[in-house]
Amino acid sequence: MSIALSSVDESLLSGEQGGAAAFAMRLLVRFAEAVGAERFVDIEAAHIDGCLYLGQVSLDFVEHLVSLGGRVRVPTTLNVGSVDLIHPELFHGSDEVSHGGARLMRAHEELGCVPTFTCAPYQTIFRPRFGAQIAWAESNAIVFANSVLGARTNRYGDFIDLCCALTGRAPYYGLHIGENRRARILVEVESLPEEWAEAGLACVAVGHAIGRRCGDRVPAITGLPVSTNEDDLKALGAVAASAGAVALFHAVGLTPEAPTIEAALQGRAPEEVIRLRAADLRETVHKLSTVPDGTPLTAVSLGTPHFSLSEFGRLMPLIDGSRPVIDVYVNTHRAVLDELQRRGWEERLREAGVTLVIDTCTYVTAVMRDLSGAVMTNSGKWAYYAPGNIGVDVAFGSLADCVASARAGKVVRL
Amino acid sequence: MTVRLRATTLVAGSAAAETLVLSEPLSFWGGLDSASGRIIDQWHPQKNAVMSGRILVMRAGRGSSSGSSVLAEALRRGTGPAGIVLLARDAIVTVGAMVAAELYGKSCPVVLASEADWMAITGAGSLAIDTQDEAAIEI
Repeated sequence: MSIALSSVDESLLSGEQGGAAAFAMRLLVRFAEAVGAERFVDIEAAHIDGCLYLGQVSLDFVEHLVSLGGRVRVPTTLNVGSVDLIHPELFHGSDEVSHGGARLMRAHEELGCVPTFTCAPYQTIFRPRFGAQIAWAESNAIVFANSVLGARTNRYGDFIDLCCALTGRAPYYGLHIGENRRARILVEVESLPEEWAEAGLACVAVGHAIGRRCGDRVPAITGLPVSTNEDDLKALGAVAASAGAVALFHAVGLTPEAPTIEAALQGRAPEEVIRLRAADLRETVHKLSTVPDGTPLTAVSLGTPHFSLSEFGRLMPLIDGSRPVIDVYVNTHRAVLDELQRRGWEERLREAGVTLVIDTCTYVTAVMRDLSGAVMTNSGKWAYYAPGNIGVDVAFGSLADCVASARAGKVVRL
Repeated sequence: MTVRLRATTLVAGSAAAETLVLSEPLSFWGGLDSASGRIIDQWHPQKNAVMSGRILVMRAGRGSSSGSSVLAEALRRGTGPAGIVLLARDAIVTVGAMVAAELYGKSCPVVLASEADWMAITGAGSLAIDTQDEAAIEI
C-alpha cells in the first residue's frame, strides 16, 4: 500500500527541512506502511518516552538526531529519565546509566524538548485540549490523554514519538480516527467490596482486569464508584496499559467521550460483555501482592504514575504522627515540587521521613537504598512491573495502608 | 515437505530458526532482559525462556511503549530474536526492529501471519521468514 504524501511530507523527506527531519520522516513513512496508514496528519504536541536510558541504543538514536541538527516542530514534553537531576545523590547504579542517562536527558533538551521529565505530563500546563491530534508515548500518558482528556494518540513507542515531534506529523490511523474510538467491550462493575473506603482500589482492580481481558480493544466501563476522581482514572489507565495494551477506555459518565453507554459504543452493540463483581475485584487486588500480610518491608513507594498535587493533599494529613521505620519514596515531577516548596510541604515531608524522587521513578532506575526485602505500593502499575524490573517482592494496598505499613515496618491493612 | 504460507511484511528481512512460541503477549519493557535475551516478566507463562536467535511467535504486543528500545537494544547486543511472527500489527515491536536495522544494520524481520495459518505456525518447531518478493513463512 502506498501512502499519500502532502507537499509538507515531501519537503520533509527531501531534506529541505534538514537532515534530522528527513531521517525522521523516512522512518515514519516505513512505520506508516507497517501500521497500514494511508496518510499523515498534523499534530499539536508530542510526549517522548525515549529519554529513559535503556542501553546504548537510546543514546545512539538521539545523538544521531542531534548531530543532524534536529529540532522539534511542536511543543514536546519529556517522560522520566534515568536520573534525578535535582537530587543526583539519590542515584547509586552504574556509571554507564548515570552518565548515559544524564546525557540522554540533556540531548533531548538540545532537540528543543521541554525538560518536564514526567510520566504525567497531562497534570502539568501541557494538557492537550479535547480532540487534539497528538503523538504521545509512555503507556499511562497515552491512555490518560485518550480517555480522560479526549485527545487523540496511538500507542506510540520509543523513537517514533520523537520522529513525530521532529516532523510535526503522525500517521493517520487507529485512535486518531473517530470511529476507531468506539468501545467494543462493555465492562459492567456490578458490585464493589463494601470494605473499600476509597475509589482508588476499585479503579486499580478494574484497570487490571481490563488489561488482562481486553488487550488493545476499547472498553466502556459502567459502575465505577461515584467518588472516582482524576487520579483514580489515572491509576486505572496505568495498570490497564501495563497488564494489557489498553490505549483508550471510556468510563461512562466520567470521561468526555462517554456521557452515555450509547455514546461510548457509538450506537452499536458491544462485542463482549464482562461483568465484574466484588469478589472478582477483591481477588484481583489480592493477587497484585506477592507476599502475605505481616511480611516485613524495606520500603514504601508511591507515585507511579507521578504523584499529583491533589494526591499530596491526601498524603499530608496521613504523615502527621510517628515517623516511618522504613524508607518512603514518592515519585513526582518538577512542577509539583515547585508547588510543594511554595506551600512548605517539601520540608514537612522530609521531616516526616519521606524521600521525594523527581525526574525519574523508583522502579526504572537505582534509587531505592534497600531492595533486600518486600516493598509496598498503592500503584497497580508499580506492583505489576517491580518484581520483574528490580526483583523485589511487592505488597499492594491503599494509600492509608501504605503509610500505616511504613510505620509498622511490615504489611498491615487498616 | 515445505509449506509456504503468505504473510505481510512489517519489517523486511529473512531468517530461519527454531521457534519460541509465546502463549501470551509479552511486553519487552519489564518483560525482556536485553543483556541475556531472557523473559523476566514473572507473570508470564514462559518466564525464563530465552529468545536469542529464535523466531519469536506471539499473537500481539503488549504493555509499555519503551518496548521498542528494549527490543532494539537486545538486537544491538545480539541477544534478540532472529525474527518475529505476529497475528496483530504492533507498532512498538515494529519500531524496535526497524531502528536496529537503521542504526546498526541488524536484521530482525517482523511479519504478520493470518489467523487461518496460526495453528500450523504455533505448532512448528522451526520456521523460516522471507520477505523478498512476497512475504512468506515456511514451515
